[in-house]
Amino acid sequence: MLKEKLIKNIMRLCAFMLAGLLVFIIGVILVKGFTALKLSMLIETPRGGFYLGGEGGILNAIVGSLCIAAGATAIALLVSLPVVLYLNVHAKRHSGLAEAIRFAFDVLWGIPSIVYGAFGFSCMVFLGLKASLLAGILVIALVEIPVLARAVDEVVRFVPADLQSAVLSLGATNGEVAWKVMVRQVFPGVLTAMLLAFGRGIGDAAAVLFTAGFSDYIPRSLFEPVATLPLAIFFQLGSPFPAVQDRAFASALILTILVLVVSVSARLFSKKLARYRVHNL
Amino acid sequence: MRNMAHLQVKDLCVSYNSTPALEKISLTVPDRKITVIIGPSGCGKSTLLKSFNRLLELDPGARLSGEVLVDNENIYAPGTEPTHIRRKMGLLAQKPCPLPMSIFDNVAFGPRIHGQKNRRRLQGMVRYYLKQASLWEEVKHRLHEPASVLSIGQQQRLCLARGLAVKPEIILGDEPTSALDPFSSKRIEEKFLLLKQRYTIILVTHILRQARRLADYVAFLYCGKLIEHGPADEVFNRPRQKLTREYISGVVS
Repeated sequence: MLKEKLIKNIMRLCAFMLAGLLVFIIGVILVKGFTALKLSMLIETPRGGFYLGGEGGILNAIVGSLCIAAGATAIALLVSLPVVLYLNVHAKRHSGLAEAIRFAFDVLWGIPSIVYGAFGFSCMVFLGLKASLLAGILVIALVEIPVLARAVDEVVRFVPADLQSAVLSLGATNGEVAWKVMVRQVFPGVLTAMLLAFGRGIGDAAAVLFTAGFSDYIPRSLFEPVATLPLAIFFQLGSPFPAVQDRAFASALILTILVLVVSVSARLFSKKLARYRVHNL
Repeated sequence: MRNMAHLQVKDLCVSYNSTPALEKISLTVPDRKITVIIGPSGCGKSTLLKSFNRLLELDPGARLSGEVLVDNENIYAPGTEPTHIRRKMGLLAQKPCPLPMSIFDNVAFGPRIHGQKNRRRLQGMVRYYLKQASLWEEVKHRLHEPASVLSIGQQQRLCLARGLAVKPEIILGDEPTSALDPFSSKRIEEKFLLLKQRYTIILVTHILRQARRLADYVAFLYCGKLIEHGPADEVFNRPRQKLTREYISGVVS
C-alpha cells in the first residue's frame, strides 16, 4: 500500500513538473517579450539598422514563416497521404514492404534538420539555384514528411480491418476503400497530424538557414529569399544591444502565439468534421 | 453439365502461416435456402465464409488451394478480378460496421460506386432497401444524420440494407447477431427467413438454437474438417457421424 502511494506520488510529481515547465517557459517569454512587443513589430518590415536597435518590425519573418510552413505542410500531405493509404489498404498491413517503409520513415524522422538543410543546400548548389522561398518550402516539406506520414499512419492503423472488409464486400476497389471511406474516417486525425507537422515546420531554424536565406522584405515570388521567425529570433538574440535582445523574446512570443492559434482553431475545426466518424467499431 | 448452384466449394484447403485451418472442404450450397455453418470456436467457420468472397486475402499469412465456384466461375483462378464476385455477396459481420457518413450515404454507397448517379433513383433505392431491412420507419426523418447515432441493432439492419443495395445473390453472415441484444437478434433472424425467398443465405453461428430455428441446410465443421453436411432435419435429428451427434447433444463444444 505504502509503496503504491509512493509511486503514485512520484508520477504525480513528474506530471506537475511537466505542466510547470510549460507554464514557466511561456511565463518567461511573456514577461520578457510582452514589454518589448509593439504593434509596429507585427505590421512593419525592418528598417535600416533594425538589428542594431533601429525602427521597424518583423512582418517579413511572420509572413515568411507562415508561407514556408503552410506550403511545406501542403506538400508533405500530398506525399504522405497516398503513401499511408497505400501501406494500409493496398499493401497488406503488416507485410515486409510496409514495415520496411515504416522503418524508413522512422529513420528519416530521426535525422536532424540541419542535415536536411545541408542536403537541400548541396542540391541547390548543384542546380545553380539561390536561396529562395521555394527551396525553403521544399526542404521543410522534407523535414515534415516523416512526421506527417508516421502520425497519419498511426491514425489509419487504428481503423479496424472490419471497415475495409465491409467496403470491399460491397464490390469496392481498394482505391475506393482508401479515398472514399478511409479518408473520411481519419480526417480529424489527419488534421491533428498536419498540425504537428506545421508546428515542426514553423519552428525549424536549421533547415531554412541555407535554403530560404534571409531578407528584410516580404518576397514577391517563390524565387526570392525570405525571412523566417526562428532565424529572426536567432539574429536578434545574437545582437549586443539589450533592447534588440528583448525584441527577440517578443518575436518568440509571436511565434508561440501563432502556433497556439493554429492548433486551437484546427482542433475546433476537426470537431466539426468528426461528425460522421464511426466510433463504436 | 451445367450446375446451377450459385456457390460450390471443391477440395478447399486453407492454412495460416502454414498451420492448416481448413482441410479438403467440398460443399454445394443450395440456392434460396439458409445454410448454417456450425461448429465450435476456432474450427474454421469464419475462414470458410471469408474464402467465399476472397476477403481471406487481406491476411498476408493465408494460403489457399482448391476451388470456390461462384456461378460456375472459379474465383481463385489466376487473373480473376474480385470486385464483381464480392458484389454478388452481401456481408454481415459480427459487429455492424457502418461507414463514416450519413445513413443515406451508407445505403447509397454501393449503388454509387457501381455507377448510379441519378439522385432520384438513389433516393428510391435508399427507401426501398431500408424498408427491406425494416429500418425505414425508424430513420426516415433523419436520413442525413451520421450512421453512428443509430443503436447497434439498427446499425446491423443498416448494414443489411447497404449490402442488399448492391443487388447480391448471396448473403453471408458471420455470426451477425452475436453483438446484438435478444430483441434485435430476433428481428434480424425474422429478416433472414423472409429474405431466403430471394437470396441464398449462408450463416455462421455457434448458437445451436439459432441454427435450429433458421437452417434449411447444415454444415458441421470440426477442427478444420467438414464432418457432416445435409438438410437440417437430417443433421439435427438423424446425424450419421458420432462427432455430430455429440456436438448437437452438447457432449463436446
